[in-house]
Amino acid sequence: MNGLEFPPVLFFLLGAALLPILPASWRAGACVLFPALAFAHISMLPEGAELRISFLSYELLLLRETGMGKVFGIAFTLVASVAGVYAWHMRELKQQLAAMLYAGGALGVVFAGDFFTVLVFWELMAVASAFLVWAGGTREAGMAGFRYLIFHLLGGSLLLAGIVMEFYATGDLTVRAFSEDVSAGKILILLGALVNAGMPGLHAWLPDSYPKSTVTGSIFLNAFTTKTAVYMLAVCFPGWEVLVVCGLIMALYAVSYAVMANDIRLILAYHIISQVGYMVAAIGIGGEFALNAAAAHAYNNILYKTLMFMGAGAVLFMVNETRLTHLGGLARRMPWVVVLYLVGAAAISGFPLFNGFVSKSMVMEAVYGRELAYYLLALASVGTFLSVGIKLPYYTWFYRNTQREPETTRRAPGNMVLAMGILAVVCVAYGVYPYLQYAQLPYPEDFFAYRTGLVVKALQLPLGTFVVFWFVRHKILGEAKIVLDTDWLYRTPAPGVGMVVLGGVNRFFSACEAGLDRLISRIVPLFRNPLRTLRINRNSGEYFHPEADRFPLGTSVGLTLLVIVVVVFASL
Amino acid sequence: MDPWVHLAVAVLLPPFFGALVAVLFPARRTNLPWIAAVVSCGLAFFASVAGLIYAVTEGTVHYHLGGWEPPMGIELVMDPLSAFFCAVIAGVASFVFIHGKTVVERETPEKVIPFYSTALLLIGGLLGIILTGDLFNLYVFLEISSLAGYALVAIGDKRAPVSAFRYLILGTIGASFYLLGVAFLFMETGSLNMRDVAEIIPIAGDSPATVAGLILIVFGIGLKMALFPMHGWLSDAYTHATSTSTAIIAPIGTKVAAYVLLRTCFYMFDPEYVRNEIPLTTIIGFLGAAGIIWGSVLAIAQRDLKRMLAYSSISQVGYIALGVGLASPYGMIGAVLHTLNHAVMKACLFLVNTNILERFRHTHIPRFDRTYRIRMPWTMAAFTVSAISMIGLPPTAGFFSKWYLVLGSWERSNYLFLAVIVISSLLNIVYFFRVLEKVYLRTDGEPYDDRNEQEDLALKREEARGSMLFPVLFLAVGLLVIGLANAFIVTTFIRPMIPDGL
Repeated sequence: MNGLEFPPVLFFLLGAALLPILPASWRAGACVLFPALAFAHISMLPEGAELRISFLSYELLLLRETGMGKVFGIAFTLVASVAGVYAWHMRELKQQLAAMLYAGGALGVVFAGDFFTVLVFWELMAVASAFLVWAGGTREAGMAGFRYLIFHLLGGSLLLAGIVMEFYATGDLTVRAFSEDVSAGKILILLGALVNAGMPGLHAWLPDSYPKSTVTGSIFLNAFTTKTAVYMLAVCFPGWEVLVVCGLIMALYAVSYAVMANDIRLILAYHIISQVGYMVAAIGIGGEFALNAAAAHAYNNILYKTLMFMGAGAVLFMVNETRLTHLGGLARRMPWVVVLYLVGAAAISGFPLFNGFVSKSMVMEAVYGRELAYYLLALASVGTFLSVGIKLPYYTWFYRNTQREPETTRRAPGNMVLAMGILAVVCVAYGVYPYLQYAQLPYPEDFFAYRTGLVVKALQLPLGTFVVFWFVRHKILGEAKIVLDTDWLYRTPAPGVGMVVLGGVNRFFSACEAGLDRLISRIVPLFRNPLRTLRINRNSGEYFHPEADRFPLGTSVGLTLLVIVVVVFASL
Repeated sequence: MDPWVHLAVAVLLPPFFGALVAVLFPARRTNLPWIAAVVSCGLAFFASVAGLIYAVTEGTVHYHLGGWEPPMGIELVMDPLSAFFCAVIAGVASFVFIHGKTVVERETPEKVIPFYSTALLLIGGLLGIILTGDLFNLYVFLEISSLAGYALVAIGDKRAPVSAFRYLILGTIGASFYLLGVAFLFMETGSLNMRDVAEIIPIAGDSPATVAGLILIVFGIGLKMALFPMHGWLSDAYTHATSTSTAIIAPIGTKVAAYVLLRTCFYMFDPEYVRNEIPLTTIIGFLGAAGIIWGSVLAIAQRDLKRMLAYSSISQVGYIALGVGLASPYGMIGAVLHTLNHAVMKACLFLVNTNILERFRHTHIPRFDRTYRIRMPWTMAAFTVSAISMIGLPPTAGFFSKWYLVLGSWERSNYLFLAVIVISSLLNIVYFFRVLEKVYLRTDGEPYDDRNEQEDLALKREEARGSMLFPVLFLAVGLLVIGLANAFIVTTFIRPMIPDGL
């Protein structure tokens, strides 16, 4: 007991309560300060700290320090604080509030000891993050935000239903590792978590909404929702074999889409799913080493993915454009952003000396021995490097776009570069000296990543990819100086298996999406006037009208009599 | 005799005295009618809270009016259930009256005195229904409150008299059925006192007349409660009545009928009997479930805020009926808690509706836009809190009553009810978020830039006056407080209500 036994989410709730009354110029500082305080608090939290309160007839565990929760908590608060620096120039209270509550919700989940608390923060996260999507301000962002919210409320409902069923089956509300005997409740909880993790089939909200948020909004969005889902999976479902399959599907499916995407934030959004796939696969393997690998990869992913989103955000901020076909040649105008982005890209591609290398090697080591899984993950990392390591930076910053030279509208403010710098330093530090990170992992770890075999493996795949790309690049540029068939360029180097995967799956999901859109556009008019839809009133118009759609008095009287007569006869 | 037992009558008297005081001194320039209304409802509220605490700690109060012993005389019964309902009704009514100060003067300038007088008669009648322990006396109070209700609806816009007429026809039919049911029970048991009847029925046995009597009472009252499909009177009456009339009638009128339902089904009859012998509660539950969906679907179709809220009331009453239908402790807790929650949030929403009407002169949802949140930030914030509570997101009050209903449905393995509760939450999201979307989101397709910011800065805050804002905010904060304190409310007040056989 050292008086620190309270949930760190309180800092965020306090921050959210104070933000509206603080002067506008102090708010940016508060957005850095409160996450930083929470960071310090989590670092000092004694092992196994708990806070129990009784609520209704249940005992709630508002705080339960587990090794796993602490890793995520540290990563969340670190990145929230740096994101505060990145958003220093932004003065919109709504976004600041939403980001504060959103980060708080994520933190609440990872420190919650019982499912009820998890659910409350889970929903808080859903609602707060929807506001970040809406903050995009465009009509598309508004619609996407709605789809996003509905998706997450659905996921939350699945979770709720699962929790209720599990609670009735066992009478136990604590968050715990489930044994692998399948029950409906566990399946629903798993599905609820997979919605947030972005499991293909349940993932549509992610690439739909993240690219439509604001410059700063997407920084927050990328870090929290999927990673809390990873946390839930790691805590509740370690060693569930089905997760290995899920993870592989996620890693490959999303990377194939990323290779084809044109919008830089969309590419990054797909990569979130792909990277989460690695973590999910490692969780499916189970065991201390694999869970450590998943946690380390999640931590690192939060760092470098945020870094890359910050780079994309800086581009959007400067030229108000994120389509690759409309970008190019910006390197000279934002040299620091390019360099720092490339640090993130090297980390995600798993280059030695960057943090991604260490955790990715750990994940690969964990799946080692399962041939298919191992090679499929290796394949996914080729796609990763191709899309975010080469394609994205090349067409954004280096390629000379002769058709549409992007126009710079303003300079990226220094605080953005500073925030990226902080993350880049951490990425490199964890890569060069991984023991810094090992100390925070839930289980003791002594993995030595810089073995010749691993380093060679880590280098040969990206280098091979790069060579192919370089060769193709010359061919393309040599032949098509005027008209660049970018489409061709994206698709040809895509891994063959990716193409096979894409063929059917792509058609299936686009058919589903189109079907859903059609369904919605059919359903909405039905609700304009239910009386007309149900053919109750033949004279109704398209919209409900109180005069035309009023029932005659006799109908009400008749219905009343009918009910009474029927009930009397039924019960006598 | 313990002087505290007089609390039972102390709840009932202030509204009736207030109604007299409001008429006796027709001083045009003073606020006397308003003061009489607020003070008498406040007194009734304090008396019922004190009575609630007394009933929970010391036991049920049986107060014999005029010293006449029942079953000949009339008794008032103050147990946790009746005291709780009295507190809800008097409390919500006080806030609505505070809010109504300027609204009534503006909307019906020449009818201020009759308005407060009839409104107090309505409150008095409703409190009487709750407190009385006599079946026929309940009918008398039912008529007092109903006649006052018809009159209140009739003091509305130019369509109000027709709506009031429909309300009167249907309400009278409901009351007649109730009276018929009471007559049947009286024939079988020879008593009108509820406790007496409850003791005689098991001895007299299960005769068709008893069953018919119970069913007539339940559905006669069901009509007053707007139980689907007998809700035909509700939407027009609520829409065309004046703002304050609606805010008085809507949150509390249907709740009192729900109370009578609870009282007859679970206290006067054996819950086991009502649940299993005749499937009465099951039927009520299914009608409630149908009403939840039907009310929500029609609420989505509405484009006028006030009418939307009226249809939403049909749906919300369905939750209470669903709780009754479960006929289990969780169902009962859910129903009673939802009565409190819905009274508070519906009052808050109708008051917000009034504030919007005062400021913008309309409540047509398609015309709402984002300037509303800048011009009336607090009102819109209160709307948001109540909307979230209606949808049932934690930690607002609405979540917890639905939670108990979900638990109850699960316990009874009634997955249909479970599905209805979940689907209706989604439908609630649809009809509230389309308002929130217009007010809080920019849907004009333009990104938010300096120009929009300039426009927004040019808008002045035109929040409603204090007397209209305070009750709205108080009720909205109340929703959060009730939500957080729900464990306390349930264990202290609602658990003791649950009758033995349930």
